[in-house]
Amino acid sequence: MYPAAKLICEKLGIKLQEMPAASCTGAGVLQEKNELLGDTLNARTFAMAEALDLPILTICSTCQGVMSQANHRLKNPEYLAKVNGFLAEEGLEYKGNARPKHLLWVLIEDVGLDKLLGLITRPLAGMRLAPFYGCYIVRPTEALEFEEHPERLDSLEKIIETIGATVVDFAGKTRCCGFPILTINERNSMAMVGKHTSEAKDLGADAMITPCPLCHLNLDSFQPKAAAQAGRPIDLPILHMPQAIGLAMGLSPQEMGLKRHIVNTKPLLTKIGAGAAS
Amino acid sequence: MDVTLRVQRFDPEAADPKPFWEDFTVSIEDNGTVLDALMKVREDFDGTFSLRCSCRSSICGSCAMRINGHAGLACKTQAKDALQNGVITVEPAGNMPVVKDLVVNFDLFWDKIMQVEPYLKPEGPEPEAEYIASNEAMLHLSGVTACIMCGACVSDCTVLEVDPTFLGPAALAKAYRFTADPRDGDEKGVSKDRLVELTKPSGMWDCTRCMECVQACPKGVAPMDRIMALRDQAISAGFHNTNGARHTEAFSDSVEHSGWLDELRLVPKSVGLTNVSALIGYAPIAIQALTHGKMPPIIHKKIEKAENVRKIFDKVDGPEQH
Repeated sequence: MYPAAKLICEKLGIKLQEMPAASCTGAGVLQEKNELLGDTLNARTFAMAEALDLPILTICSTCQGVMSQANHRLKNPEYLAKVNGFLAEEGLEYKGNARPKHLLWVLIEDVGLDKLLGLITRPLAGMRLAPFYGCYIVRPTEALEFEEHPERLDSLEKIIETIGATVVDFAGKTRCCGFPILTINERNSMAMVGKHTSEAKDLGADAMITPCPLCHLNLDSFQPKAAAQAGRPIDLPILHMPQAIGLAMGLSPQEMGLKRHIVNTKPLLTKIGAGAAS
Repeated sequence: MDVTLRVQRFDPEAADPKPFWEDFTVSIEDNGTVLDALMKVREDFDGTFSLRCSCRSSICGSCAMRINGHAGLACKTQAKDALQNGVITVEPAGNMPVVKDLVVNFDLFWDKIMQVEPYLKPEGPEPEAEYIASNEAMLHLSGVTACIMCGACVSDCTVLEVDPTFLGPAALAKAYRFTADPRDGDEKGVSKDRLVELTKPSGMWDCTRCMECVQACPKGVAPMDRIMALRDQAISAGFHNTNGARHTEAFSDSVEHSGWLDELRLVPKSVGLTNVSALIGYAPIAIQALTHGKMPPIIHKKIEKAENVRKIFDKVDGPEQH
C-alpha cells in the first residue's frame, strides 16, 4: 500500500519527505492505556513536522483520527505546556501548528479533483465501487473539523466519481470493520466483515474502496473466514484508495501491489481492461 | 418553512406487519426542530403516528431516533440543519425492536443497565459519619451522570449490531460511574468485584472503539471514553489475563521498545502464547498471508531515535506515575 501511495503521489506532484524518527500514533490502543502518553508521542511527531515546516500526510484513517484527536486536545495551552515538558529533553517543542492530513482530504482540498481528473488515463468506467471510510476519519466530527470542511463528509464518493467509477451507497460505509477486536472477539469481528462486504456485494459492487489500511486488512485478509462464518460466498475485492486511483492513472496491478490481496482481484482487473497486465 | 419528512413506519396490527416509508410535508417555524415537524405530522396528517417525547428540551431522553441514519434527539436537532436535499429521513432507534412507528422496546437497554448493578457497593466497615467525597472526584463523575438514558448510543453501537449480548455503551458508561466513584469498592475506591465482572466476555474489552456512541450522545457523556477508562482501571487493578489487556500491553510494549508496531508478534502475544487452539486457528490466515507476500517482516527494525520514545514512556507512563 505504501509503494502504491508513493507512486500516485509522484504523479500528483506531491513531494514526500519521510519522517524516519516519527513513532506509531498509538492507533487508539495506547490511548486506552494512557491518553497523555499517546498525545505526547503524537506531539513529538507534530513538533518534528513543524520544524520541517511541512504538513503531515497519512494514508491511514486511524492515524488521521488519532492525530486529529490529539491535536484537538493539544489546543488547550495548559495541556500543551505539560506535554512539551516531556519533549524538552529531546530538544523538541510543539507550537500547535501541525496539519495532519489524510491523502483523501489532500486530494480534494489541496490537489483538487480537476487535477486528479486530468491524470486519469484509464477511467474505471462501468466499475461499481462501494466506499468504506473507517471509523476514525468520520468520527468524532468535531476533532476532524467537519464543520470547517463540509466536503469531507462525502470525500470518498467524490474520488470514486473522479476516477470514473459508480458509487454504490450502502448503510455500512461509515461503520466499523471489526479490526480493533480481531484478537479479542473474533466472532464479532468476522460478523462485521461479513455484514459490510456482503451488503455491498448484494448491492452490485465490484469492489470496495477504503482509505484505511486496517479496514483493508480485516475486510480483505479475513473475508474468507467471515464468509465461512456467514455461510455464504462473498468474494468482494477490497482496494486501498491509492490502489484504485493508481489503476485509473494507468499504473499496473503489480505496481499497485494487487498480487498481495487475499480476495482475487483478477475479475475486477479484467473488467477495467488491466487484466492482461496482471 | 416547509419540511419534508421521510419516516419509517411500522404497524404491528396491520394485516402484513412490515416497515414501510411514508413522506409528509409539514409547515413549521424556521427555527423548529425535527420533533416539532414530527408532532405536526401527528397533528395534521395521522393521529395514529407514534413516537415518544416529553420535555422538548433534551432533558428527558424520550425522543432518541435515527435522523438521516444517525441517532440523536429529535428535540435537539434543528430541522433546517437536518435537511438533506430537501428531505429529513427519520427511523426508529437501532438495536432495539420496534413496537410501533418510532417507538422501540427498551427492555434490553434496561436489562443491561441492571446487569451492572447501578448503585454504590462499598466494601469494608461503614464510615462512622457521612462519607466525604472530594469535589474533584464528583466533578469528574458529573460528565457520566449527565446521561439521560435516551439510548442513542445503544442505537448506533456497531458491536450490538452483531452481538446483542454485549453490555453496550450506556451500561458500561454507567458502570464507570460507579468504578470511578471513591465511595464504591474497597477503602482505596477500587471496585475489584465490578472490574472482575466487566472484564468478562461481552464486557469492556468487546468494544470496538468505533466512536459511534461518542458521536451519537446528545449530552457529551462520550461512553467510549469511559470504556477506555474502564480498561485502564482494569489493567491498573491487575486484570491482565484477558485478550484485550494482553493486546493493549503487547501493543504498548512494541511501541515502547521500537517506536512502532511489531505486527508479526502482536497477534500471538494478544491471544496468549499458551492459547494453542487459538494460535492454530490463525495458522491458515498466516499461511495465506505468507504465500501472498503479505507477512510482516520477521526482523522488526526500530524507528530512528527509538530511545527517545522509550524515555517518553518512562516519563509519562513509568512506575512513579502510577
